[in-house]
Amino acid sequence: MYQGLYEIKSNVKLTESIYEMVLEGDTSSISAPGQFINIKLDGFYLRRPISICDYDDSTITIIYKVVGEGTEAMSKMNAGEKLDVLCGLGNGFDTSKSLDNPVLIGGGVGVPPMYNLCKKLIEEGKNVSVILGFNKKEEIFYEDEFKKLGADVKVTTVDGSYGIKGFVTDALKETEYSYFYTCGPMPMFKAIENTAITSGQYSFEERMGCGFGACMGCSCKTKYGNKRICKDGPVLEREEIIW
Amino acid sequence: MVNTKVNLLGIEIDNPIIPASGTYGFGYEFAELYDINILGTFSFKGTTKEPRFGNPTPRIAECNAGMINSVGLQNPGVDKVISEELPKLAKVFRKPVMANVSGFSVEEYAYTCEKINACEQVGWIEVNVSCPNVHNGGMSFGTEPAAVEKVVKAVKAVTTKPIIIKLSPNVTDIVSIAKAAESAGADGISLINTLLGMRIDIKRRQPVIANKMGGFSGSAIFPVAVRMVYQVYDAVKIPIIGMGGVSNAKDVIELMMAGATAVQVGAANLVDPFACKTIIEDLPNELAKLNIKDINEIIGGAH
Repeated sequence: MYQGLYEIKSNVKLTESIYEMVLEGDTSSISAPGQFINIKLDGFYLRRPISICDYDDSTITIIYKVVGEGTEAMSKMNAGEKLDVLCGLGNGFDTSKSLDNPVLIGGGVGVPPMYNLCKKLIEEGKNVSVILGFNKKEEIFYEDEFKKLGADVKVTTVDGSYGIKGFVTDALKETEYSYFYTCGPMPMFKAIENTAITSGQYSFEERMGCGFGACMGCSCKTKYGNKRICKDGPVLEREEIIW
Repeated sequence: MVNTKVNLLGIEIDNPIIPASGTYGFGYEFAELYDINILGTFSFKGTTKEPRFGNPTPRIAECNAGMINSVGLQNPGVDKVISEELPKLAKVFRKPVMANVSGFSVEEYAYTCEKINACEQVGWIEVNVSCPNVHNGGMSFGTEPAAVEKVVKAVKAVTTKPIIIKLSPNVTDIVSIAKAAESAGADGISLINTLLGMRIDIKRRQPVIANKMGGFSGSAIFPVAVRMVYQVYDAVKIPIIGMGGVSNAKDVIELMMAGATAVQVGAANLVDPFACKTIIEDLPNELAKLNIKDINEIIGGAH
């Protein structure tokens, strides 16, 4: 974990409620795809945990949805402003378990952490399939970015306005895969749990206090004992999860 | 040089800064960030006789200048604390640590304190009397002078280390509770624990927290802490550890002037993991600005 001031390089609207922000600062504390950062905002007591979409030696890209006053304030920030950030939080995804043909399943605002994971898996020489689920065409983001990485990308929309009509699990049934990684809403997780035929990893969301394992605000029970979503997660393995 | 050393119930500590129980775990998360031996000491995660998972999630709600938590005393139980956590802690913290103990009956408090009392690493035992008393309809021990006296007497009978009673602010008369603790033999008092609070999600028309209510902490509660420490200082002779919304070195000075011998820092650690380090570094400068050469001269200085 690292704490520092990060400068906003860009803050761009991708869809009606989804924004992409690029931050410049120290990224040495990031050790795996699927980790998150925790952002302090003026006027708000608790930090905002946001998953890392992508990073390099000096920048972090995050994609966030405006859901409340904090993310609303973030959406109005401009390049050049600085943010107090705790970086490199959580365990992240373990790419070593993917075997040769992993599938990555992102639902809505659960899509972002799949991006750097996809990049890492492709770098490792894996044949990666990606399923991106949205409600409707207007909500879609990052389809081209995933394609540019070289992944086989399927998009589903609930209303059928783009791609495969239905849910991510409808596309999953048509996909061959050796392992799965997913992030998204709980109903999607439950559908995947009922559909998936391999082992996999789920990235969970929970209301957090500190984000670094001190307050026990985000604990959950697993088959391997009590875990803190922020520190021992957010990624849990399929075998340990108690639904 | 400004002296920041204080004597806390027979043990000299380098400075009066103590991370509060429940905001600092067993110290490891913070030891990854800085040398936690700079602290006066810290009060470790509230420990009970049996392991506890705590309350369902969500356990956290944000407030203006504060937060509500209903963690519910999640801890591995006293046996594991002694066999696993304390040996791990010894590797990163070489000062006496403050144990924090909770219970749901007088017997449980005594049982856990007796076991903790045998640990060499522990300098003080802080007894949290804000828990519901299962033998008394769930009323908190800390809201009734007679129940506080019972806990203090039972704990004192089986311990040799200094016993600090941590008081709840959710009472009609904090002074009568503090006096009860003192007359029953408590060596010190710490206050204030969190204020009972609640938030409702207006979109869902539901409480934010699964357990509905929780403990409100953070800078918003600081004036309540100052008031209660001030009142209790007038009423008892035993030392007071002040806490409640402390976020910077000036708050520490203010709470000590109200009557605190040492000061705990709670929610601030969760927002800024370096909060205690910053306060410890700033404290001598803030004291020097006020021409204070020895921090001991300000304890109760506002009376």
